[in-house]
Amino acid sequence: MAIRQISVFLENHSGSLSAVAKVLADADADMRAMSVADTQDFGILRLIVRDTDGAVAALKANGYITSVNEVTAAVIPDEPGGLCHLLQILSDESVNIEYSYAFLTPEDGKACVVFRVADNGHAAKAFHNAGVGVLDADGLTILD
Amino acid sequence: MSEKRYYQPEIETMPTEQIKALQSEKLIKQVKHVYDNVPYYRGLMDKKGVKPEDIHGIEDLYKLPFLTKDDLRDQYPDGLVAVPKSECVRIQSTSGTTGRRVVAFYTQKDIDLWEECCARAIVAVGGTNEDVCQVAYGYGLFTGGPGLNGGSHKVGCLTLPMSSGNTDRQIQFMTDLGATILCCTPSYAAYLGESLKEKGISPEQNTLKAGIFGAEPWTEEMRRDIEKLLGIKAYDIYGLTEISGPGVSFECEEQNGMHINEDHFLAETIDPDTGEVLPEGSKGELVFTCLDKEAFPLLRYRTRDICVLKRDKCSCGRTHVRMCKPMGRSDDMLIIRGVNVFPSQIETVLLNEGYSPNYKIEVDRVNNTDTLDVYVELTEGQFSDTVKAITSAEKSLANAIKTMLGINPAVHLVPPKSIARSEGKAVRVTDKRKLHD
Repeated sequence: MAIRQISVFLENHSGSLSAVAKVLADADADMRAMSVADTQDFGILRLIVRDTDGAVAALKANGYITSVNEVTAAVIPDEPGGLCHLLQILSDESVNIEYSYAFLTPEDGKACVVFRVADNGHAAKAFHNAGVGVLDADGLTILD
Repeated sequence: MSEKRYYQPEIETMPTEQIKALQSEKLIKQVKHVYDNVPYYRGLMDKKGVKPEDIHGIEDLYKLPFLTKDDLRDQYPDGLVAVPKSECVRIQSTSGTTGRRVVAFYTQKDIDLWEECCARAIVAVGGTNEDVCQVAYGYGLFTGGPGLNGGSHKVGCLTLPMSSGNTDRQIQFMTDLGATILCCTPSYAAYLGESLKEKGISPEQNTLKAGIFGAEPWTEEMRRDIEKLLGIKAYDIYGLTEISGPGVSFECEEQNGMHINEDHFLAETIDPDTGEVLPEGSKGELVFTCLDKEAFPLLRYRTRDICVLKRDKCSCGRTHVRMCKPMGRSDDMLIIRGVNVFPSQIETVLLNEGYSPNYKIEVDRVNNTDTLDVYVELTEGQFSDTVKAITSAEKSLANAIKTMLGINPAVHLVPPKSIARSEGKAVRVTDKRKLHD
């Protein structure tokens, strides 16, 4: 019920994001979503791509430190109050959110919110019970 | 100056020829003491083919083998102790790993002579029994606090045994008890000065008149800063645990080099590469021989401090040879906030904590306080997707380094291969401080 996310450890200086983007471009990585967390010293690039293993192999071959973990992506109608609704569901179930990012899908009227939580099964079940759809690995197509 | 200019005038102003005769007499006895009681050094002498009978005076000093930090490490904890433990009353120790730690033993007589040396330093800056002496060096294993504390007692000052840190309390006691002499590291003196300024206490308002600052390198520029900030005269003091502690040498009112207490410590400068003794006045590695110490009587101990000895007349009337501020090191030791740090100690922590040995140390001095930044390359298994995981790994590594060194570093985890390498090896240490004039 969860999708795989790649995280890449980056130095916080100019050019480091563009360098990693070049590696992904050269590997023909089909990027579906991304987010960057930054601190004074370092950054973490988080990616969802169609071919996770291929992208990770390309990143490792270029000396990047990566990790792959699962996240929960909820699909909601793109309208005011949508995010609030999702957060309320998680809050009611006492699911703690580590971080989150969102994007619109090319599919009309849909938005997708990625949640990093400790227990993806718990989050997915909470969404399911509330009638909210989540993406699974095969469902990545919905991001098109 | 007060009416009392010297703590032990007959010794401190003894004509040079007489000091040398005294040194010769003591050296002959000391070599015999060490040969008879320290099997390790006897072994070194035997290997060199030197017997105590070959030492007729200080002119024969060059015949004796050197001792280095490595010897002290090999003989940890007590292989160089020359008297039965029942005669020892205290140890002091340097910071560092077990491997690098030096444990120095003292008899009561050793403590007395060390404290007398510190008393000479206090009197040299104008200290008398009318003074209130605030000792803000660390107490405990570190020699700074205990040494100056003992010296202050001997002079008869009212001693404030503050130890280091807790700046608010330092300022409160300084103000409420009217401290006149401050003893601490120069960086802490500057920090105290800044803190006083922030509290709106002007240099004219504080009661301080002099400061005795040592345990780390500092420049003339820093001296002027401290003097201005605190409204005092700032004096340098030098020493090392291996030889006794602070007070091996100290500055007088001239503020131009530190008089070595030559009745106790025989100084030479040598070529660090060949070990050849250099004439007085040439730049070389400072080597000390303890003439009076009973428990831990190191002979020809190589300090690794690069220095010049000056025998010219000093207007203060003291006849003992002066050494300049150390101009550098002949090894890779760094002195950071008064603490001796070897890069290998940091490397040991990294390996123990499961990090790669690819690291970089940056030392700088910001607002007269040393900063230590450690950059370490992260490895695959240590990375996860959250910022929290990395910052908490940095924090825990910083704590491990602090436990080892006693000082707090800023740890930065960086991507692999991001630390510059020369000939395949990471460039370990960048010291951006300007420590020498």
